Amino acid sequence: MKFVLLWSDVLFFLLLAVAIGGGIWASRVEHLRLSWRKVGTHRVGMAAATLLVAFVAVALLDSLHYRERLPGEQDTYAVEVRSALDALLTGLRTRTEKTYSAPLATHSFAKETLDGESRDFPRLKHAGAHLGSDLAAHETDIAHKLVQGLGMGLVVWLVFWLAGAPLRRAAPHLAWTVAFATLLMLCLAAGPVAMLAQGYHVLGTDKVGQDVLYLTLKSIRTGLLIGTLTTLIMLPAAVFLGLLAGYAGGWIDDVIQYLYTTLNSIPGVLLIAAAVLMMQVVIDTHPEWFATSAERADARLLALCAILGITSWTGLCRLLRGETLKLRELEYVQAARALGVSGLRILARHILPNVMHIVMIAIVMDFSGLVLAEAVLSYVGIGVDPNTISFGTMINTARMELAREPMVWWSLAAAFVFMFVLVLAANLFADVVRDAFDPRVVK
Amino acid sequence: MLAYLIRRLLYALPILIGVNVITFTLFFVVNTPDDMARMQLGVKRVTPEAIEKWKVERGYDKPLFWNAGAEGAGKVAETIFFAKSVKMFALDFGRADDGRDIAREIRLRMGPSLAVAVPVFVLGLFAAISFALLLVYFRASYLDFAGVVLCVAMMSISGLFYIIGGQWLVSKIWHLVPISGYAEGLTAAKFVILPVIVSVLAGIGSSARWYRTIFLEEYTRDYVRTARAKGLSERFVLFRHVLRNALIPILTGAVVVIPALFMGSLLIEAFFGIPGLGSYTIDAINAQDFAVVRAMVFIGSALYIVGLLLTDISYTLADPRIRLQ
Repeated sequence: MKFVLLWSDVLFFLLLAVAIGGGIWASRVEHLRLSWRKVGTHRVGMAAATLLVAFVAVALLDSLHYRERLPGEQDTYAVEVRSALDALLTGLRTRTEKTYSAPLATHSFAKETLDGESRDFPRLKHAGAHLGSDLAAHETDIAHKLVQGLGMGLVVWLVFWLAGAPLRRAAPHLAWTVAFATLLMLCLAAGPVAMLAQGYHVLGTDKVGQDVLYLTLKSIRTGLLIGTLTTLIMLPAAVFLGLLAGYAGGWIDDVIQYLYTTLNSIPGVLLIAAAVLMMQVVIDTHPEWFATSAERADARLLALCAILGITSWTGLCRLLRGETLKLRELEYVQAARALGVSGLRILARHILPNVMHIVMIAIVMDFSGLVLAEAVLSYVGIGVDPNTISFGTMINTARMELAREPMVWWSLAAAFVFMFVLVLAANLFADVVRDAFDPRVVK
Repeated sequence: MLAYLIRRLLYALPILIGVNVITFTLFFVVNTPDDMARMQLGVKRVTPEAIEKWKVERGYDKPLFWNAGAEGAGKVAETIFFAKSVKMFALDFGRADDGRDIAREIRLRMGPSLAVAVPVFVLGLFAAISFALLLVYFRASYLDFAGVVLCVAMMSISGLFYIIGGQWLVSKIWHLVPISGYAEGLTAAKFVILPVIVSVLAGIGSSARWYRTIFLEEYTRDYVRTARAKGLSERFVLFRHVLRNALIPILTGAVVVIPALFMGSLLIEAFFGIPGLGSYTIDAINAQDFAVVRAMVFIGSALYIVGLLLTDISYTLADPRIRLQ
């Protein structure tokens, strides 16, 4: 086994490190700690945060990449890049059927000519194989596994609950009840799914027989990466230019304003489309840059993040410029200037900490929009690489399925429901964060 | 006023030039015309002659910025930059890769785009304001809370879901309107009604919630307290005072998108088969027709700048305290 560190993994880990480091820093600063406490005591905020942590955990598992060692020869490794999540879900990944099958079905969705004459729904290769010919036991088997799964979920939750005891003791005023209630629901949902997934395709299979549950779980990483890396990539430029424009004024301000007005005036989708088309040409004409197809797909994902970042930094930059213009005239900044503190130091020490709440709010507010944008862009064909599993590519491949008779609804439904839960949690969390950090909101 | 307008239009010029330079860099410097030709003709098995022929046919065989071989003004004029970018200021967009005149296509496709975009704009604004008013009227009640929850939930649903769900429910199950297509004249209504409803529904969540906060902010003003103290009924305060004053930021904020309505909506038009500018752009993106994408970027930016200008003018019309200088 050889570990593979894709660029997006590096950035994702970096982001997590920044988040953890920021958390430690925030816990030392009085007003930030108070604001975060407000988020923590908010019931909706805690519930949404729990869901988001679950999503991040899946994405994290999916970011630990490796290449399997091929048996026999020395030092040769498989071409496919797998992740820890793939390893966990080996069963789901390898048990592919021939084509569509409904959730929990034992028979294929399409009729086939079976041994000679009769046309009927063939048995699936893997789903329900353990039943043998005893099809009458199908429903009792499902019920059996369901109850087992619920029990298992409850046990797992109890473990979490016991493990969380020190947390609850350390910060008793936070809304832990809601957090653990959300976790309980997650466990009770995941338990049966995990049990059933061993014998069936819980969310059915898609056109080429891949398990839809596997695809949805893999999509989470792509969605999260687009939502977070885009902000991470654009953040330094937006913050630096915004502060500089507001503080320096004069021609520097004019140039920066001109820059963002120009970028802003190009219709976002078109700029993204143009840039992605160009990126595609660059990637296609330089196949020697990428050792594996995973690396190529990864490069395209990062390029998309960068392009989305270029089109979306203008809003934050303008906000920061406006805020800096205000802060520049305050007495403490004037005092610092009178004492001879250099401009860069004033920006870093006195202005930056006081606009961090705007940055914070922008990060969480942008996230949900970006996840939704990924689906639309991939649908239009200017999103992630078609080989990257994402909500957008799932919807794209499933779009004609509703026209079938009877219709194939499960892959669309799975993608939309997972995306809805992720975006809803992000939206709710963003609202709570904004209320906690925005000084204008007075309750 | 006139002097202000002229100054603003002059200010728009460098922005348009900037847009042009950005797109030109994206399309011609990051990728040379050779790369594009190879892409169009297939990456492998392509002869240098075929590339040369492709470039000559589309006028990409000239130097980028400076033609040293030409005479006089031709040094500047006979370059890709002049032929492809500068001419756009004269609204000369040239031809698409399939040989059709882009300007003519744009004229033909503007109608269908507007037929969808204008009703979406008007109805969307009306629906969002009405919904926000309803929430504000019942503010701080369970109805208000449920309404806000509904808004957040609707915001969290992917736009693709509204489109796919709407087509499936209305066209496939209920057989009310055709799934996609377009016709000229009054029969267009049959094709336009579903895309309009879908887009209004998809947009109402975020805008209604936004308008609600604007209304609520207006409620905290002193004149509202005065109006109540005079003994005016709550309904009168809401519709006569709050609504009128809150409409100013809402309407002036909406003005910026009016010119961009010409561009149509990429997604809606692609899904519903409406032959507007949005689907034209999507087709161009899929066919990698750079000439069309470049033209659409230029028009889109120009319309956005017009929108900004209209916003400033509408501020003065709505609020007599603001003077343009």
